[in-house]
Amino acid sequence: MDKESLVALYRQMVLIRVFEDRAAEMYAKAKIAGFLHLYNGQEAVAVGSVSALNPDDDVVVNYRDHGWALARGSSARAVMAELFGRATGTTGGRGGSMHLVDVKNRFWGGYAIVGGHLPLAAGLAAAAQYLKTGRVTLCSMGDGSTNIGTFHAAMNWAKLWNLPIIFMVENNQYAMGTHYDVHSAVPMLQKAAGYNMYAEEVDGMDVMAVREAVCRVAERARKGEGPSFLNVITYRYRGHSMADPDVQRDKAEIAQWKERDPITRFARDVLLKRNLVTPKDLDEIQKSVEQEVEDAIEFADKSPEPSLDTLYDYIYQQPVRNMQIAGSLIRPPTIAKDIPTNGKHN
Amino acid sequence: MAEITYREALRRALREEMQRDPTVVIWGEDVVAYAGGGAYGVTSGLAKEFPGRVRDTPIAEEAIIGVGIGAAMGGMRPVCEIMTVNFTLVAWDQIVNHAAKQSHMFNGQIKVPMVIRTPNGHGRTAATHSQNFDAWFAHVPGLKVVAPSTPYDAKGLLKTSIRDDDPVVFLEHLQLYGTRGEVPDEEYLVPIGVADYKRRGKDVTIVTWGRMTIESLKAARVLAEEGIDIEIVDLRTLRPLDLSLALESVHKTNRVIVVEEGWRTAGLGAEIAASLQEMAFNDLDAPIARVAGLEVPMPYAKNLERATLPFAEDVVAAVHAMMQRQY
Ligand SMILES: Cc1ncc(C[n+]2csc(CCOP(=O)(O)OP(=O)(O)O)c2C)c(N)n1
Ligand SMILES: [Mg+2]
Repeated sequence: MDKESLVALYRQMVLIRVFEDRAAEMYAKAKIAGFLHLYNGQEAVAVGSVSALNPDDDVVVNYRDHGWALARGSSARAVMAELFGRATGTTGGRGGSMHLVDVKNRFWGGYAIVGGHLPLAAGLAAAAQYLKTGRVTLCSMGDGSTNIGTFHAAMNWAKLWNLPIIFMVENNQYAMGTHYDVHSAVPMLQKAAGYNMYAEEVDGMDVMAVREAVCRVAERARKGEGPSFLNVITYRYRGHSMADPDVQRDKAEIAQWKERDPITRFARDVLLKRNLVTPKDLDEIQKSVEQEVEDAIEFADKSPEPSLDTLYDYIYQQPVRNMQIAGSLIRPPTIAKDIPTNGKHN
Repeated sequence: MAEITYREALRRALREEMQRDPTVVIWGEDVVAYAGGGAYGVTSGLAKEFPGRVRDTPIAEEAIIGVGIGAAMGGMRPVCEIMTVNFTLVAWDQIVNHAAKQSHMFNGQIKVPMVIRTPNGHGRTAATHSQNFDAWFAHVPGLKVVAPSTPYDAKGLLKTSIRDDDPVVFLEHLQLYGTRGEVPDEEYLVPIGVADYKRRGKDVTIVTWGRMTIESLKAARVLAEEGIDIEIVDLRTLRPLDLSLALESVHKTNRVIVVEEGWRTAGLGAEIAASLQEMAFNDLDAPIARVAGLEVPMPYAKNLERATLPFAEDVVAAVHAMMQRQY
């Protein structure tokens, strides 16, 4: 990779970090409601992965999706506006934090039912195979989603049909408050072995390691060698979501993982060590990112809420005759007042 | 015009659409080899005619639907067969949380042009294998739900469903596969969301769909001999619900009976009755009546199964009750 590309990886990771910290602040100010799952600590996974893919490859992820959307090219403005529930957001305020989608980047979401998106990802890969597009699908998921039925159904199907797909577990070792050893009977790689699927374990705190692993398995998929499985070991610095007081994890454990911080490490071991940048350059990147996120917040805050007239838009792509007769569609939208926000669960 | 079975009408629709559009594929359990094609023979011969486009899948309904959704997002038009409606329950999350949500929640960016074909029905298979979930699917915004009663409608609606850009739940019926009806040789389509009169009459309006349309037609013959002339509105599409013909008919007959096969409580009949009285209260000479399945898990024994399901005689009885009662 040339210098510009390496610096770009660094900037993207910093952007995600700053974006998430400011989003947490906006949540505390009640500008953002509902569930907000932050990506701090896992930045190298999305950034390294996306850097290894082609722009027209397909990316499908779970609800911890801000980092992925940003890495894949959605603007900080559009993502922040979506968190604010505004018309200018990635999906016009329809989906919120957990359901970011930006199809122009072939970023297909943003799925909040654990394991629900795995068959969809296999389907995208099946379409790529059938239509001979040469695309690879990257499907990221949490460690907690490797026990639900759809995981096994999608793994089996992908192997059976030799689909061009990468199943990537962002193994941050916890599903909400439940540790891996409490939720899984066998080590992660054994799950892939059950389907005789090519698998690797990857250091998720090292952006270059993630990038190289994804390059390897994407190449395999493109050559027709089928699906693969990456167990990417990472850690989230914050609680499961903003509703999680994070009392169950050991503080010393969190501190230990922060010593392997992917951003600090990449700056120290690659950018500075190879004299690609000076500390002053890094300060400037930090400042420009802070400015970009500040601008995104201002943009989101100034953006209008979605118009009530749009409430029924896109329930169907193809409206049908007599739609207005359907009982559920004849009621004009009204403004609901006093809806409680910031749920205390999940 | 040839007289063919409901099964053959569906098969012809699939064949014509596969000839027309190379992105149409059929995925499901036992759609290729088993008994020549499909647990109920609907895909018979298609795998041979369209190599690589009709594929047997694992027994994993959540993946059959989910992979279908993803493939539809990726530019295909998959027709996913779920062997019977009972097994759609395994895939309910994929249908309700994914297929039905994509277009609206993602603000129109994603479309899911897929068809989920599956039969309702019974046949001495007891409680887990003898159910009707029309009302469940019809409850969900974002799905289109059709339930044809005749070979003509089955063919025309399936072709339309495959061409439609939204997820369509296409509800067939085990007891209808062998029924026969006239189907034109030339191509035609039946639109989604448009009801149809299956019999014109003046005394009582029957609003129904699917197998109960056929039972209502049988009832009409019995009643006609007694001089009672019923009108039958076949809804054909259950979501979006087209009540325009039902309204027109009520205006004329002033009496309505909603006939459905599924359980009565929170059934689709309740929705139809409520909507009709909201829109046509002044036209009604009698309370809207309902004929529905009895609310028990379906028993295996022949007499108990028969007693649980609604048939023509229940429609006749409901019409008699309505005509005899003084208001
Ligand atoms: C089917 C389902 N069950 C439960 C939940 C509630 N839930 C949301 S996230 C989560 C934990 C998932 O953990 P993991 O897959 O490891 O992802 P991570 O949050 O660590 O990224 C749970 C239980 C859900 N969204 N979907
Ligand atoms: Mg986890």
